Amino acid sequence: MKKVYDDADAALDGLLRDGMSIAAGGFGLCGIPELLIASIHRSGVRDLTIASNNCGVDGFGLGILLDSKQIRKMQSSYVGENAEFMRQFLSGELELEFNPQGTLAERMRAGGAGIPGFYTKTGVGTVIADGKEVKTFDGEDYILERGIVTDLAIVKAWKADETGNLVFRKTARNFNVPAATCGRVCVVEVEEIVPAGSLDPDGIHLPGIYVHRIIQGRHEKRIEQRTVRKRADQNTAPAAQGEEA
Amino acid sequence: MATDAKGWDRNQMAARAAQELEDGMYVNLGIGIPTLVSNYIPEGVQVTLQSENGMLGMGPFPYEGEEDPDLINAGKQTITELPHSAYFDSAQSFAMIRGGKIAMAILGAMEVAENGDLANWMIPGKLVKGMGGAMDLVAGVRRVVVVMDHTNKAGESKVLRECTLPLTGKGVVDRIISNLGVLDVVPGGLKIVQLADGVTEADLRAATEATIVD
Repeated sequence: MKKVYDDADAALDGLLRDGMSIAAGGFGLCGIPELLIASIHRSGVRDLTIASNNCGVDGFGLGILLDSKQIRKMQSSYVGENAEFMRQFLSGELELEFNPQGTLAERMRAGGAGIPGFYTKTGVGTVIADGKEVKTFDGEDYILERGIVTDLAIVKAWKADETGNLVFRKTARNFNVPAATCGRVCVVEVEEIVPAGSLDPDGIHLPGIYVHRIIQGRHEKRIEQRTVRKRADQNTAPAAQGEEA
Repeated sequence: MATDAKGWDRNQMAARAAQELEDGMYVNLGIGIPTLVSNYIPEGVQVTLQSENGMLGMGPFPYEGEEDPDLINAGKQTITELPHSAYFDSAQSFAMIRGGKIAMAILGAMEVAENGDLANWMIPGKLVKGMGGAMDLVAGVRRVVVVMDHTNKAGESKVLRECTLPLTGKGVVDRIISNLGVLDVVPGGLKIVQLADGVTEADLRAATEATIVD
């Protein structure tokens, strides 16, 4: 079975329809399937429900699908980087379902693993628990969250072999793995497709069983917050964020 | 370093919060003052910082020209890796949070109540950006330390009998480190652990709406 397609438009051919649900990988702009998003934009498909941690920024990533009003509903944990998102949300054009970030990831993982629901302490006693079943285990309350299964998953990986075995790079793995597993069909864009046998079977991050179509392409990989330290600082105190003893 | 006002400034609060760290801990630091905590990790204490977008062992910011778009922290800032760093996906990241593997989270707060309720994600009527990973962290991490200003700009207490804002978590806070001192959440209310420089117990009590127990 051939999984490799020429480009994003070819890989999505026959998979898109109005009103469908899509799970998208990425965190902020890191590891987003930018080529597949651009192709969905070109297709004009609309009334989409998209499960994705964020919704891109104005003019890039999923943000371009907002500009063209192709999204009906977002399932996300954080949408603060996008003015057009707020405008559409406040005017009632766009539906938003906030999910705690870990709950969103686990909902995708569970959906992909055939688990229709799970109990979690996250959100107990908050607005997130409204309307959800509460169950007590060992004296502690948990809320029921549902697994997510979507019509399509769009994912960005670093490398794939021709059979769809995937390797991700650094923190660009993020939501790509759970998103890939919860799609009935999963389309992946990578920076390099290599022949079967060139990836170490012990080093595969996501086995090809989850992957149905693959494209290789060039990625812009935009940086959202460029933070650096000066070379002269190398012997001084750690950076304000993320430094260790 | 000290200002005219009594109490600790942002950096002194971060330094005090760093005293909570113990050697070998896996820790998650929130955005704001908590990020400054990494500047004050005590000598001889090695902690591993988790970034909930999928990394253990967060390193410092990269040198100019070495930024990698595939390597960011949960604040979407470019960072670097360390020799013991590990990467994983978001589901695994929150499995280790939900599973109680992270020893401590140090987070900011808008309001804390005497029963440990925390509000730090939403002000009704204002732009709502989302909770990100905050609800998962406070529900799953073994110990939650909040670093915050004791009062708002109008001088009203943010350490309350009950939170007025939508909650991030219920009964989740263990310790409060504010500009005025350190308080623990105990049965019946808050217990004073430490007073900040120049702050009297009367000052702290006056700035605190929550019940203080002895």
